Amino acid sequence: MTQGQYVALAYGVVLVFVVLWVAIIATKLARLERETAELAELARGRRSDG
Amino acid sequence: MSTLGLYAADVVALARKDLKLELRARDTLPAMLLFVLSTLAVFHFALPAGAGESAAYGLLWIAIIFTALLGLARAWAPEREGGALDGLVLAPCDRSAIWLGKSLATLAFLTAAELVAIPAFALFFAPVDLVAVAGVVLASIGICAVGSLLAAMAAASRGREVILPLLFLPLAIPLVVGGVGAGISPQGSTYLSFLGLYDLVFAILAWATFEYVVTE
Amino acid sequence: MSSRNNLPLLAFAAAGLLGLAVVLALIVAPEDANQGVSQRIFYFHVPIALTAYLCFGLGAWKALRLLWMGGERRDLESYTWIHQGTIFGALTLITGSIWARASWGVWWSWSSNQLVLFLVLFLFYCAYFMLRFSIEEGARRERICAVYALFGVALIPVSFFAIRLANDFIHPTVFTRAGPQMTHTMFAAFLVCLAAISLLAYVMYRVELVGKRTDASLRELREMLS
Repeated sequence: MTQGQYVALAYGVVLVFVVLWVAIIATKLARLERETAELAELARGRRSDG
Repeated sequence: MSTLGLYAADVVALARKDLKLELRARDTLPAMLLFVLSTLAVFHFALPAGAGESAAYGLLWIAIIFTALLGLARAWAPEREGGALDGLVLAPCDRSAIWLGKSLATLAFLTAAELVAIPAFALFFAPVDLVAVAGVVLASIGICAVGSLLAAMAAASRGREVILPLLFLPLAIPLVVGGVGAGISPQGSTYLSFLGLYDLVFAILAWATFEYVVTE
Repeated sequence: MSSRNNLPLLAFAAAGLLGLAVVLALIVAPEDANQGVSQRIFYFHVPIALTAYLCFGLGAWKALRLLWMGGERRDLESYTWIHQGTIFGALTLITGSIWARASWGVWWSWSSNQLVLFLVLFLFYCAYFMLRFSIEEGARRERICAVYALFGVALIPVSFFAIRLANDFIHPTVFTRAGPQMTHTMFAAFLVCLAAISLLAYVMYRVELVGKRTDASLRELREMLS
């Protein structure tokens, strides 16, 4: 590999890390959305009971 | 009696309790002695022919570190299994006295193991000079000071026996550097000063933070 | 949570600053006479390393405040800072390794003090997560993690000295990386990169913190509803 390609590799790795992090946060967001929806259901159920 | 005197009395009482327990049970110390000798024997076969004394010194320190881990794990086993830690914490003494007492007891065991290991090493591998021994003494203090605190953390965790080595090894790296350096470098005293620095910094830190680790 | 939430603004600022940083580092800055193109890795590698130190330091600071005053909030903040520090620490190791390969032809060198220091710290902070996930949630876990975080920052200078001492007897061969004789442009580019990476770390920290706090609130809500 040429020197220039190593530089590209280094910067590329940083980019990949950030994007991976975004992916992980996205997964977490999806889970939080699902849980909020579940809790909303629970709250609705509670309201109709009580 | 002054507060310092009371504190010292607590520490001594706690250390004596551990030593007495060991004297009766006689399981930790023989295990450590046998372990360190077996490890040294294994190292003979692990070292390639013609490896210098320096390599051997490195292995001595590996043996010491892992023997210490064995001792630390066993030292906290009674508290971990019997839930006696809660009892200790309820005792009307400064929490840090628990740490100091445990550290002293563990140091006693470790020193006993080293009293066997160092002559054995000198016999099997390479001569050991006074600076190297001083290195062992100083590093052992650091090992027990830091190890006792980490073992208390490990006792609180669900993780199995592997968590203590994971916590301990990164912190042990400077100690190994100091110990090996004291043994093989011509400027051994630099390494001894470094070990002293480590002991000072981490002993104070451990002493100050121990109560936060054990309080519920 | 402040009603005037500045996170979006900071995030856009970070994006802009990063763009500027990349342009400065890769295009505008003059090529180093001694090391050639591979020196450009330095513009990201060193800020990433410094940011990692900063994150660990902030994690320890929050930990200290937690021991002083307590509070789940500080526990999450300390935890998130250490998480960021570990991410940037891993990045330091990877970019450092690439730079070592580009400069000296080896992917790893024990005489590179910074790389070895980060390896030790990386191992230490990975153990932080093992510890954290193996203890029951609660005040005790918060305190134990806080104490461990404090040990981490104490370890940084001590390890640094240890590694320097170790090089006396571990590696006789010394790879010297001639400190870049930086021109003004180079220094300016470096500063912009430092600001960009630090801001990126801060934005990532804030985003993660929102996620963790929401998680905690949802759990509390669930308990109240069921």
